[in-house]
Amino acid sequence: MIPEVGHLALSLALAVALIQSILPMLGASRGNLAWMRSGQSLALVQLALVAIAFGALMWSFVVSDFSVRNVAENSHSMKPMIYKIAGTWGSHEGSLLLWVLILTIFGGGVALFGANIPDALRARTLSVQGWISVGFLSFMLFTSNPFARLVNPPLDGQDMNPLLQDIGLALHPPFLYLGYVGFSIVFSFAVAALIEGRVDPAWARWVRPWTLAAWTFLTGGIVLGSWWAYYELGWGGWWFWDPVENVSFMPWLVGTALLHSAIVVEKRDSLKSWTILLAILTFSLSLLGTFVVRSGVLTSVHAFATDPSRGVYILLLLGIAIIGSFALFAWRAPAMEGGGLYRPVSRESALLINNLLLATGAATVLFGTLYPLALEAVTGEKISVGPPYYNAAFVPVMLPMVILAGIGPFLSWKRADLGGVLDRLKLVAGVSLVAGIAIWAVTTEGSILAAASIFAATFLLLATVQEWAWRIKLGKAPLSESLRRARNLPRSAWGMSLAHLGLAVCIFGFVGSTIWKSETVAFAEPGSTVEVAGFELTFRGSERVKGPNYEAIRGILDVTRDGKPVTTLYPERRNYTFARSQTTESAIRSTVLGDLYTSIREPADENIRNTWTLRVVYEPLVRFIWLGAALMILGGLVSLSDRRLRVGAPARDRRRGMAAAPAE
Amino acid sequence: MTRLVSLVLIVALGLLPMLARAVEPDEILDDPKLEARARAISANVRCVVCQNEPINTSNAGIARDLRILIRERLKAGDTDQEVLDFLVARYGDFVLFKPPFKPETWALWLAPFVIFAAGGAGIFVMLRRTGQRDTAGPEKLNPAEEEKLARIMQSDNPEAES
Amino acid sequence: MKRILWFLPLIVAVAIGGFALWGLVADRDPSRIPSVLIGRPAPAIALDPVPELGTPGLSTADLTAGGRPVLVNFFASWCVPCKAEHAVLSRLAREHGVTLYGVNYKDKADDARRWLNDLGNPYARIGWDNSGRAGIEWGISGVPETFVIRGDGIVVHRYVGPIVGADAQQEILSALREAGLKEPAS
Repeated sequence: MIPEVGHLALSLALAVALIQSILPMLGASRGNLAWMRSGQSLALVQLALVAIAFGALMWSFVVSDFSVRNVAENSHSMKPMIYKIAGTWGSHEGSLLLWVLILTIFGGGVALFGANIPDALRARTLSVQGWISVGFLSFMLFTSNPFARLVNPPLDGQDMNPLLQDIGLALHPPFLYLGYVGFSIVFSFAVAALIEGRVDPAWARWVRPWTLAAWTFLTGGIVLGSWWAYYELGWGGWWFWDPVENVSFMPWLVGTALLHSAIVVEKRDSLKSWTILLAILTFSLSLLGTFVVRSGVLTSVHAFATDPSRGVYILLLLGIAIIGSFALFAWRAPAMEGGGLYRPVSRESALLINNLLLATGAATVLFGTLYPLALEAVTGEKISVGPPYYNAAFVPVMLPMVILAGIGPFLSWKRADLGGVLDRLKLVAGVSLVAGIAIWAVTTEGSILAAASIFAATFLLLATVQEWAWRIKLGKAPLSESLRRARNLPRSAWGMSLAHLGLAVCIFGFVGSTIWKSETVAFAEPGSTVEVAGFELTFRGSERVKGPNYEAIRGILDVTRDGKPVTTLYPERRNYTFARSQTTESAIRSTVLGDLYTSIREPADENIRNTWTLRVVYEPLVRFIWLGAALMILGGLVSLSDRRLRVGAPARDRRRGMAAAPAE
Repeated sequence: MTRLVSLVLIVALGLLPMLARAVEPDEILDDPKLEARARAISANVRCVVCQNEPINTSNAGIARDLRILIRERLKAGDTDQEVLDFLVARYGDFVLFKPPFKPETWALWLAPFVIFAAGGAGIFVMLRRTGQRDTAGPEKLNPAEEEKLARIMQSDNPEAES
Repeated sequence: MKRILWFLPLIVAVAIGGFALWGLVADRDPSRIPSVLIGRPAPAIALDPVPELGTPGLSTADLTAGGRPVLVNFFASWCVPCKAEHAVLSRLAREHGVTLYGVNYKDKADDARRWLNDLGNPYARIGWDNSGRAGIEWGISGVPETFVIRGDGIVVHRYVGPIVGADAQQEILSALREAGLKEPAS
């Protein structure tokens, strides 16, 4: 019964979405205010209906209703409750429902919190959002119904893939989708603006919080996935440039560019068509990601259960959305340029170059990801594009961007004094250069890329701190004055500093865990010891443990350093009885300086018995990656809180008040 | 099998990686230099039966065979390039995670530079044009624009405060 | 010229869409890699027989000895699909006069002997590739895999996976015939 309610709610949601995609748009073109405002109630009704459907599916998982095929294939009565709930989005159908739920949440958000947006723009935006809803709801109802019943329900389910029964991965899709799908609202705003034929600073201001929210979530989603892979896959790697990773990274890169270019639109009424293009691109790349993951056209670690008919449907949706919006762009955008004047050396130019670098980076990733497919289509030849390509082509493009991120905030709008700024950054540049050279000297291979990365990251870190200190006149004014200035610093400025710091910290993590990584692999019998990075690990033996839906053997490792006990680690090898598969649960001793990462499994050679293959990896600074990402997310949130303050209070007035403050 | 991540939703996928087993203790060479070279090579050789991972981290039987083979060839005195050539002769360019630079891949390798150069040229042209407008044009601003500009300067330029 | 720039995103999107569509509808297996051997001499091979089986081993000279096309099939007793194609291979050898050579890939001699005794042994020669090295020489990614070798020792065709079903048999037969297979008049 409950699943049928869910199914019905989905069908109704499709009907509502259809009306939402037409009525407000029509109202906006005819000037009919009632029709325009219908968009808001329609968006909320649609949200409620999809939420009911989502709740119904979750309920089916929670009570283990195995007459629902989706539940039977992805759950088990013995599965811990948290993973029953997470199982709701653990399959293709369920994750699609989550996708649509988040789409309608953002639509509802614009309906509820968009009071300061003009009626026509809001109506058109919600209509465009309705188009996307129609596409994905129909896709779900026609090809991937999450509520399909089984005629002969099994007694128990097949359980979910054990790799997915993990907290990192339970949270990964919701965050990733909040990012991916969050950009839909930015896309809708862009298309609405194209239809309206008007983009102005006010438009950029309305779009900004949504962009920022989506970007923050996407950052979180990507990092959760990376973190999960790090500890769960038993290998200690956190990024491999796999197609599914790349397709989530591209929207992030372009979204980051959008975040910066929208500032130029907002403050200087310039770069308008470029910003619109980025808004469309960001969501288009999100859609491309959805397509790649669900169609199986690219060979990836995470190939979907491939179904060509689904692939064709998504491609069709994609084609309509992307080609339609780009055609609209080609038609309407040329009329939009205009705006502010600025010199080649200015904040605007710096942001422009930042955008060029980010766009080049995104294009490089796109090229690397799709080139094998294109080459195969043209010549039939198959090639692989992996980490060496991205290290050679992507990283060098990003390094100047990192340095620019350090310099940019010092530049003033319109016309900046580059010489003066560089003069101020002399000390920072010198220290960074020393750091880079030191790294180059101490690493055995003398990796230029690592040294350059450390240089860039140190520069960004110090320059960001210096810029912040300069803003609050730290040391130049009495401390109380500096504190007052720090308090009055706009939240968006705080957000920028935090996010830039986060990027620098991340880079330390990337480099540290790559060049100083040390690894030992050994056969371990009770009593055997291995040594890694100054730690001595003694394998005391193994014991059986039993979980709710798995049995495991866990190794006991005593860790000492210089003879003093440090900790005891328990890496596990789990056998999930119902899902009939095994996982490796690493045991990690994590400190800021580095992670001691251990995992065990059976030797590959079947003739070797009564022993374990013990893998111990020391990854220095790997925590900096998560820490840096957390700083970026914090930066996003802080910046967002600034925007909320501004709702209803025109920024200019508030700023004026601030500027007047020193005179008191 | 692997390392990595999923990004996207892995979740949804039905099939998933087996787990990393990677290099086994009985494969490791006594000579740390050779072993390091072997690791570096096998990190960039794609496992032919796996989805998208290097033989370094794969637990497929053939990946293990190839790891052992690479070590044997290194011991026999092959250079890194000779080992890679040996593999390419049997499995094609597909096994290389770093695609060779040849006519078919020129576009791949040059694309980032071409895109950057084209974008850079575009920006250069644009900046020069606005620059000219800027120098030629202050008197063309009407009073309303001047006021607007002044306001923006005042409100957005941190230096204006100081 | 400037006008075209505005259409650039659209053009790029259409191109990507075209490739994506091709990727979906084209008859392709994303995980299959083309063999580099086609049109080249068969890799050197020198394999001992499976111990105590009684079937002779396989060496490079055997491939060209008869001056007629041969079929080289990589198989193993632990490989389930190999069982599926076994009957097909037997019929090709029996009814079409195909010279069938086998490479027993990474198998235990006992298991291989039992497997062949149970199912029958259609192979004229079988090389025992216990280490899997011959497999690597031939660039196989798994078993079963089957190669058609012309009388002059050139590899002309490669089939990945079990040869089952009419299409697969036809594919192998026509490759053999093109390579000069003389079938017994039946």
